[in-house]
Parts: sequence; structure tokens; C-alpha cells
Amino acid sequence: MHLAAHFPGVNNTTVWADPRSGSQIDFSSFEHLARTAERGKFDFFFLAEGLRLREHNGRIHDLDVVGRPESLTVLNALAAVTERLGLAATVNATFNEPYELARRLATLDHLSAGRAAWNVVTSSDAFTGENFRRGGYLDRADRYVRAAEFVATARELWDSWTPDGVSRPFSHEGPQFTISGEFTVPRSPQGHPVVIQAGDSDEGREFAASAADVIFTRHGTLEAGRAFYADVKSRLAAYGRQPDDLRIMPGVTVVTGDTDAEAQELAYEIRRRQVSPQNAILAAEQVWGTDLSAYDPEGPLPDFDPVPDSGITQGRVRHGDPLETAARWRALAEAKGLSLRGTVIKTTARQSFVGSPATVAAELTAFVDGRAADGFILVPHLTPGGLDDFVDRVVPILQESGAFRSAYTGSTLRSHLGLPEPVWKG
Amino acid sequence: MSARTHLHLAAEIGGPPHYDAGHYLRLAELAEDGALDYVTLGDSFARPGLDALAVLARVAPGTDRIGLVPTVTTTHTEPFHVSSAVATLDWVSRGRAGWQADVSTTEAEARLFGRRRAAPPAALWQEAGEVADVSGRLWDSWEDDAEIRDTATGRFIDRDKLHHVDFAGTAFTVKGPAIVPRPPQGRPVTVLDATTAPAREAAARHADVVHIRATTPEQAAAVRDEVRARAAALGRDPAALRVLVALTVDLGDVETTPEPGLETGPRLAGRGTYFRGGPVDLADLIARWHGSGAADGFHLTPITPERDLERIVNGTVALLQHRSLFRTFHPGGTLREHLGLPRPASRYATARTAAKGA
Repeated sequence: MHLAAHFPGVNNTTVWADPRSGSQIDFSSFEHLARTAERGKFDFFFLAEGLRLREHNGRIHDLDVVGRPESLTVLNALAAVTERLGLAATVNATFNEPYELARRLATLDHLSAGRAAWNVVTSSDAFTGENFRRGGYLDRADRYVRAAEFVATARELWDSWTPDGVSRPFSHEGPQFTISGEFTVPRSPQGHPVVIQAGDSDEGREFAASAADVIFTRHGTLEAGRAFYADVKSRLAAYGRQPDDLRIMPGVTVVTGDTDAEAQELAYEIRRRQVSPQNAILAAEQVWGTDLSAYDPEGPLPDFDPVPDSGITQGRVRHGDPLETAARWRALAEAKGLSLRGTVIKTTARQSFVGSPATVAAELTAFVDGRAADGFILVPHLTPGGLDDFVDRVVPILQESGAFRSAYTGSTLRSHLGLPEPVWKG
Repeated sequence: MSARTHLHLAAEIGGPPHYDAGHYLRLAELAEDGALDYVTLGDSFARPGLDALAVLARVAPGTDRIGLVPTVTTTHTEPFHVSSAVATLDWVSRGRAGWQADVSTTEAEARLFGRRRAAPPAALWQEAGEVADVSGRLWDSWEDDAEIRDTATGRFIDRDKLHHVDFAGTAFTVKGPAIVPRPPQGRPVTVLDATTAPAREAAARHADVVHIRATTPEQAAAVRDEVRARAAALGRDPAALRVLVALTVDLGDVETTPEPGLETGPRLAGRGTYFRGGPVDLADLIARWHGSGAADGFHLTPITPERDLERIVNGTVALLQHRSLFRTFHPGGTLREHLGLPRPASRYATARTAAKGA
């Protein structure tokens, strides 16, 4: 089993109103969570990225955690206070150029002695583009085209020095990038930093099968996980790769308590806190696509149909068909006698694994044994102590059963993940 | 000649490239032991070496006081990313970050990015100035007390205290606000090398610290006066500007060379006038120039960092400390405090206060 720690995000999974909730920006918060993950022998620590503050109804969204530091700079600093933990940065392939990013990633790999990873994401949205020279020109369909060529180009740069330290000129000519010259960084300890792909779409799966080392996917049922796992792994052969060359790691939330019942209560309480009255109105506005600030969160849902194609929320993906979602919410509210907020709490995804430490450990193991995942990226709801319980109470059980390592056996992230050394293409 | 100020000392720790953190950490610790204001780490896309900002982020947790000033190229990079990375260096170092903006002038560097041709230095420095400008605005775009965590209203931030910067320069636009909340120093320290004329204009407009080149104290004083006068003409307070003379130093293998001093002949390395002599000679030169009001301090680039930085700290600096010309410890925690520069208020907060008062 492989485990990773996701620093709490800029979304309403993170409960900032909890008295134990610390800074989302002070280095000490990152240090605490990274040290906790390393104490738990995790494979890697994961940072998401933001390039434009989210806006709602034309104003900056103010109900969730807002603001975060730049990932690669934080990870270089964390390399100084950790020894084995992998360090993964999400960096957008749309608003960066291969030469500079390949250099920054190779630098992190050198400075961390082989622990760097890059979560490749793309963006086509003009809203984010307003912060960049490039603007928002990229066609949605071209996002994976650019990402694939970006990764391939970065690997050409990482291969441009021979393993024994001789720099050779590179030249890349493609539809997205035409660049040439000499790379300034020798081949790094991992050869190629680990590449992570986040996304479940058909193009995302294909891209992961062709080029990624880890796929960061959405968590679902055991059956859905098995189907996804089988599908993605079956795509690798077409690229001359082995099933073990790609690790499948869903993002999951975990709540533990002394007993299963206590954990269930705690999980409900966390969901209630994640959906504050203001957040409930916001969630409804995202479905209805219009201003609902006059509504009482403890009152009924709107009795009209959603506004189609609303641009009320910027910088966040709108999931699903609003008409269908609204109909489902209304039916649920009616059947259970729920308020607007009650409905949102009820429809908010319940946590992935809830139970006593033994129950959670058993369920995690069942997912891996059942070939629904190779491991998990844990998304805590508290900064910075959100993984303390998991590491103190669940990890020892996993270690005792032999499901998870008790000590690091290698020093690089590739070695933790059991990934092969990349073949140097001279 | 201007009135004498506190002496400021900084050192470059780059040289032949190293690819492990230990080398740079040892040099930064040495500079910290000498109570220097800051270390710089040069960078360029044109020659081997790691990303300098990343190296100094790696060095930050292992040091406590020393300022950390990487060179950051503004030519082929994204201004929004640059400002975020420098702000983050300030967060991970708890208020010790600066940056030295530089430009990429060659076709070879342009081809590494493949997005545009090389441009003349004047246009590139104009752009570098705009990157410094927009960075300052982005660092101000969160007011200091924007994060409120108000459980009663469910609001994490007071969005009236976050501001779009709506910057439109000659080469790029940025909407804002920043992703990174306002850094500990408010604005990390901007260092510019004002050796060339177009760079000097950008320095007068945007720098907190200016590196200049001079071979005599009179020449240094003249350049310092010129930069300060230009800054004043632009509406800036010249007292909030530090001018450091850049010297490339070769402290040789002996305590005192037969003819110590400055050489105006071919420079062996780095930027600035070439000094050759012993640590004591260097201390004498620093004391003499600073005493005459020619400069606020010196930025020293040792030709062999491993050897010369040790001699600078244990020889030159120790002597200056003995003569009570330089501090023996860092009384403050941030780079701005070392430099005697105030923490600036956000321009947007000031504008709001002014609007309210009107």
C-alpha cells in the first residue's frame, strides 16, 4: 500500500472554523504535516496549486480558506526538514514553459536527493489566464495535447545530460514547443522526477497510461474502483509499459473514532461544519446559478428551476447537470423533510473511510487487496494536525498486518513507489 | 558627500555550480555568523546551475537571520509566478527574502523558451521594472488584516481587503489579486544592479537596495547621489534606498599582498570592481569608503567562495566589528530590519484610509 498526505486545500473540505485549525500559510503548518507524514512512513506529501482566487457573483469568494504559498518553493524548504518523504507539487502545464519548469523540478530533485514529483494539471480557462502573459487562449480539447508534449519535452531536457554528467545540446520541435539549447541542470537523482496525473476523464486515463507514474483519482465504491483500476492498467500495454509502472491512488478522507459509532457521529459533525449556513447558500447558488442570498439556509430550497449556463462561479468547475441536481435535491428535501442546509449536508459526499482505526485499516486494505487502488492520497480537514490520528492509530495497524511499510527501504520517491528507474534516452 | 549611515554588508555565495544543498547552506551559515545583511545567489538560464530561489528556499529552514536574495530572471518568466515565488520565499524564511531582478539578453536564452526573440537591454529593463512594479502591487493586494476567520458570519477573509491589481504593462497584463497572502515583510526586498543606464532607471524607480560599480569613493558617491536624486524626482524617499558598492574580491593566499587594492584591468569573475589584497586591506577599504559617505555598504563577490567568504567573515568583518564599524549580531529578524528599512503599508490600505478620510 502507498500513502500520501495532501495539505488541506482551498475548499470547504477544510474546516477553518475549528479551534484547532492553524495557519494555511505559515511554514510551521507545512512542516508539521510533512513531519507527521514522514513519521508515518508515507510515500509523499502533496501540494495543490492556485493561480487565481475564486470568485462568486463577481466578488472574491470569502467563505473557504483563501490563499496559499507557491508549491515548489515550499517543497524546497520542506526538503530541509524531512529526509525520506516524497515532495509533490501541482504545477500547471498551460501557464508555464517546459524549460523553466523542467529546471525547477530537476532542482527540487537535486536539493531533496531524489524526492521530487510533479502533478501535471492543465487549464483552458480565460479567467485564470488573466494573470498570465499567455492569457486564456488554450482550447479545452488541446489541454492534454499540450500536457503530453510538455511532459515529453521536460523528459528530453532531463535526459539531455548523460548519467555521468556531460551536458549535451537539446532540440525539440513540436506543435506546442520549439526550443533548443543546453539545459542548466545535470541529470537529477531520480533521472526523471515522478509524474502524477490528476483526472478521471477518458483523455486523462489515456494520458496517465502513456506518461504518468501515479494517477490521482476520485474515490468511489469498491466496485467502481475495481473497474477504474482494471481499465487504466489495461491501457498501459499499448505504450509498452507494465501494470506496476503506474500507481493508482484515489484521494480520500478518513474519520476515526474509538468505536465505529463514535466515528460516524464525528463524521457527521465534520460535514455539518464543512457546510456552514453561508456555505449552504453558496452550494445552492452554484446549482441554481443565481443569487440566493435572500434565502434562509434553514428554510426550504428554491421552488424554481436553475438558470442554465450561469457564470456565477469563476475558478471552480461546475459538476453535472444543474436541472437534474436541483430535482434530486428537491426530492430528497421533500422525502426527509430537510432544510436547504440539511439537504446540502446530506448530499455533500460523506467521508471515504469512517470507523475505528481497525475498521479503517481493514477497509483500506480491502481496496488494495481487491485491486481497486494501489494506495491513497489522504485529504485531512484540519491544518496542520489533520493526520495526527491517522498516523498514530491507523498506520501501526497497517504496519502490523504487513499491509504498509514499517521503515523506508530506499531514499528516493521512486523507490518508495516501487517504480522502475527511467531508461536514459541518449 | 552624504551623511554616514550604518554599514551594510552582503556576499554572493555562487560560483562554480554545486548540486547539493550542503555547500550553499555552509556558506549561508558562515555569512550569518558574520552578521551580514544578506547573501545573494546569482542565476541565469545561460549557464549550468540550479534554480537560485529554490536553493535559498532549501537553505532557509537551516538559517535564522541571514537575508536570502536570489537572482530571478524577468525576461522569459511569468510575472505572477515570480511574485508568488518571492513572496513564498519570504514566508518560508519568516521575513528574510529579497530578490535581484535580472534580464536575459541573448538569442540563446530566447531559444530555450521559443516564445519570442531576444530584445535590446532597454526594453528588457523596462519590462524588469514592470515586473518589480506588479510584484509590489501583488504583495500589497492582500491587506495585512485581510484574513479574519469570522465564525459568526462564516467569512474567512474580508474581501474588501483583497484587491485586483489590474496591471497593464508594455509586455504583459496581470489581473490579481495575489494567490499568496501578504508576506511577512509586506514587500520582500528588491535589489537591482544599476551598472548599466537602463538598469539604473529601473533601480531608481523600484529598488530598495542598489548595487553599483565604482573604482574610487568619489565615483561611488557620485553614482549614489545620482540614484538617490533620480529616486527623489520620482517621488520616492531617498532615505529608503540603500546603495551598496559591488566588489569582486580575491583575498589570495597570503594575509597581505604587496600591492593591495582595486584593479581596473580585466575582471576575473562576477560583477563589480575587482579587489585584490588581504582581509585587513579589504576592511581598510570598506572603512575608508563608508566613512567618507561614499556608500551605504558593500556587496562582495568572492572569486572562490569557500576560501574567500571565510576570510571575509573571520578577517575583514571581525576587524570591522572590532573597530565598532559593523554589528556583531543581528538585532532584528527580517531582512528589512537588517537594512534599516521600514515595513511598508499596503498601498491599497493607504488608499482606502485616505478615501475614508476625504
